[in-house]
Parts: sequence; C-alpha cells; structure tokens
Amino acid sequence: MVKSELIIRLSEMNPHLFHRDIERIVTTIFDEITKSLSKGNRVELRGFGAFSVKERPARIARNPRTGESVKVDDKFVTVFKTGKELRISLNKDNPIANNRSENNPLIDQS
Amino acid sequence: MTDNTLTRAQLSEAVYKEVGLSRNESADLVESVLKEISDTLVKGQSVKISSFGSFYVRDKKERIGRNPKTGVEVPITPRRVLVFRPSDTLKNKVNNSASNKQFNLNEET
Repeated sequence: MVKSELIIRLSEMNPHLFHRDIERIVTTIFDEITKSLSKGNRVELRGFGAFSVKERPARIARNPRTGESVKVDDKFVTVFKTGKELRISLNKDNPIANNRSENNPLIDQS
Repeated sequence: MTDNTLTRAQLSEAVYKEVGLSRNESADLVESVLKEISDTLVKGQSVKISSFGSFYVRDKKERIGRNPKTGVEVPITPRRVLVFRPSDTLKNKVNNSASNKQFNLNEET
C-alpha cells in the first residue's frame, strides 16, 4: 500500500470529508513525525510503535572491494520499535511467538 | 527531553489546526490512519509513504537464542517482525537538522 492508496481507503471510510482534507491529514501526520525526529525527539504511538533518533559514531570502514580504509562521519539514524499490540497482531496465528509469559526463559523476569 | 516526545495528542492537535475538523474527529482520524497501516501490515503487505519511509513485514526463521543473564540456550520460534526503512528524505532531514543543532550550539559557546 502506498500513501495515495491509504488516502483513498480513508476517503472511502469517511465519505463526509473532502478527499483533499484526508490528504492534508495524512501529510500532516508524517510531517509532524519527521519534524519531531529532526529535532532529535522521540515519537511514541502506543500500540503502533515508537520512532527515535540514535547517533552512530564516526568510524573507519573498509571498501569491501578494494580493502581501502574509508572514514565514515558520525550520523543520526531513525530507529523504529514495533509496539506491543501490533507485534502481537502480526503473530496472531502463531501463539508461541507471542508467548512472553514467565515460562519463557528468554525474557528477563525482573 | 522526555517531555518533547511526540504522541497521539500532539498529532491530533496538529491535524486539528491544519484541517479545521473538531478535536474529536481529528483524534479519530489519526487513529484511523494508524489502524489502516497496522491492518495492512498484519495482512502481510508493506506500506510505503513517500518521503517518509516504508514499513514491511519480514518472516524470521527459528534460531537459537540465549538468555544473556543465565546463558540458557532456548530456541526462538519462527515469527513475523515489522521493519521500518526511513526514506532518503527522512534520513537527510534527521541528519541535517541534528548536525545543524550541534553546529549552532558550538557557535554560541
């Protein structure tokens, strides 16, 4: 699904609204998220997920073809962590993947 | 820093100011957008938002994990995970403003 298809679906669900208003709503949402991340702020949408910005320090990398050393400047990257509800819905046909109970030794119980 | 976190409330407020629907309806629409995206992903389809990024679902095979505290080895069952890839536009914006901010800070001192 691309942005225009998302707008069409939302328009169908909201026949009382103008198509261009739906378009502005969707654009505003992603613009606001982008603005917040550009300022280095977190975006937290419970049940859906959270976006945050992490700093990656400068490093010396290697060109895998030539073996040459290349300086890579430090940079900021956006990371997304899936929210709990969405993560569970993604695996709803697979209850074992959602098993985060006390008998799962991978989960820190403290 | 924590109080600068953007949440549904700020998104609804921005939509309210931008479009002029009621506050309630603005909040409902923000919710619908997130729900529509989630439902699409749950069906296994990807969602691409131009100049923002794309979300897609990846199938993970079973692998052996280890509890870092106790060292106990446990199989991690196959599962579906969500991956977000920021677009070049988002990458650039996050980088430029972040480094500009630092630059300004350095200038002031």
